[in-house]
Amino acid sequence: MKQLLILSGKGGTGKTTIASSFIQLSQARAYADCDVEAPNLHLINNLGEKTSKPYYGMKKAKIDQSKCIKCGLCQTHCRFDAIDFDGTYKINPYMCEGCSVCQFVCPVDAIEMYDSIDGETTIYRGKQLFSTAELNIGSGNSGKLVTEVKENLKSNLTDEEFVIIDGSPGIGCPVIASLSGVDMVLIVAEPTLSGLSDLQRIIETAKHFRVKIAVCVNKYNINESLTLKIKNYVEELKIAFVGKIPYDKNVVKLINKGKTPIDEESEVSFAIKQVYEDTITILNA
Amino acid sequence: MQIAVLSGKGGTGKTLLSVNLSYLAKNSIYVDCDVEEPNGLLYYKIPDIETDDVLTLYPVIDHDVCDGCQKCTDFCKFNALAFILGKVRVFKELCHSCGGCSLVCPLNAITEKEKVLGSVKHGFYEDTEVYSGEMKIGEESGVSIIKELLNRVSNTDKTVFIDSPPGNGCSVMESISQADYCILVAEPSIFGLHNLNMVYELTRKFNKKIGLVINKASNDSIIYDYAKEKQIEILAQIPMDLELGEMNSNGEIVAKNDKFRPIFESILNKIDEEVQL
Repeated sequence: MKQLLILSGKGGTGKTTIASSFIQLSQARAYADCDVEAPNLHLINNLGEKTSKPYYGMKKAKIDQSKCIKCGLCQTHCRFDAIDFDGTYKINPYMCEGCSVCQFVCPVDAIEMYDSIDGETTIYRGKQLFSTAELNIGSGNSGKLVTEVKENLKSNLTDEEFVIIDGSPGIGCPVIASLSGVDMVLIVAEPTLSGLSDLQRIIETAKHFRVKIAVCVNKYNINESLTLKIKNYVEELKIAFVGKIPYDKNVVKLINKGKTPIDEESEVSFAIKQVYEDTITILNA
Repeated sequence: MQIAVLSGKGGTGKTLLSVNLSYLAKNSIYVDCDVEEPNGLLYYKIPDIETDDVLTLYPVIDHDVCDGCQKCTDFCKFNALAFILGKVRVFKELCHSCGGCSLVCPLNAITEKEKVLGSVKHGFYEDTEVYSGEMKIGEESGVSIIKELLNRVSNTDKTVFIDSPPGNGCSVMESISQADYCILVAEPSIFGLHNLNMVYELTRKFNKKIGLVINKASNDSIIYDYAKEKQIEILAQIPMDLELGEMNSNGEIVAKNDKFRPIFESILNKIDEEVQL
């Protein structure tokens, strides 16, 4: 499958808004939401029949108090501060990373590793196939869950098909997991100093993966001189600049009705269409 | 006293709030815990800021000693070790530094070396003490950097404002772990509402006192209605204001401006009524 991933580094620049527009414009056979810590794409698109299954992250440790001799070796060896002591030793499941070092060092076999549900993956089968997931609150290992979301797409598609993937903010494990194996990344930047700084970090992260990269600026009229600065910066790196989209308060109104900016003709819809066409040209080149 | 600012969704105004509140509050510390994409120092411009590396451990295999028993590769739960062409290979980026491999190796062929995971920066901007963490590009998790940041401010009597990362995963949980009060920031869209609900559940799970700021407020009462239903105190509604947006986009501390200062002063007063600052 041919994969276009939408990223931004900084949050709230418009990844999901652009992704939902692209999904509508392309009639892509399938799409995915890899922002597993704060998924939103399911809120706009028309979805089909839903099947969910639990997501098992890393196993977690549990101490059998009837066997524990309170030697404290587990706590000494745990590097994640996941073992508390208040008369008895207890595992804090939020801190436990599932390394099982505690189980290994326990002299009386009092520690067991158990399967722990850290979220849920969901497939919607409608006109288009949609793969998404939601991480349980405070859980780790979002990267592994992202990989599962992408596997769920792959197992249902043939090699030639085109898919659009909405990514997560940041540059850490969920982003790295989402980058693996994609053909192209479109980065949605915003014209703020924070947006520029975050753009630099996400470009550098994406470069490790030797994928095609393109950049667009959303809400460009918030600060036109920073938009120009971003355009110059991107072009200096010989990365494709595929357009700028204006800020329009009508966009959020459409989103709140479960629509996309493409549903009504406006400067925004024209700009997104142009960004889409330029992106697809680069993807197919 | 620790006050964490969080939102679930990115780009709702966490940094705007935490920078401006810490700037106005007396005797305060600003801590940027969004170590993947830190932006606080774009506002708190501090020349020659003091920078310390944050280190983490990774295994190094002594291939002369290793006999290829593969106990370490079997033990590693993070796929950071693999036995390829007769040799144990280390994938540093995947290593969680649990130390398990060196414990299980029967020949003591594994030692742990330090590598730089990122940095912690520290300085002063006028009266405000400023900390910022930064994860190295290409690393998977910055949780250890957040732990280091919080360590540095754990014994202070100043008021600490924590600028949390987006999402609701392990780094967010870490950043609010010691907080006495959480400010939730949301924008009035169905995305904002969905992600607000997630962080609301997170703060409830950990029994945190909370207040809500509605940023980029419009006529849409979607967030307001939610707050009423859940009985969450609304600390402020900051209207969508192009002037504020432009100043903020240029890295200005908007609370220095007479027009915008009262918004942040009134938030501080309301928090002061809940938890004495």
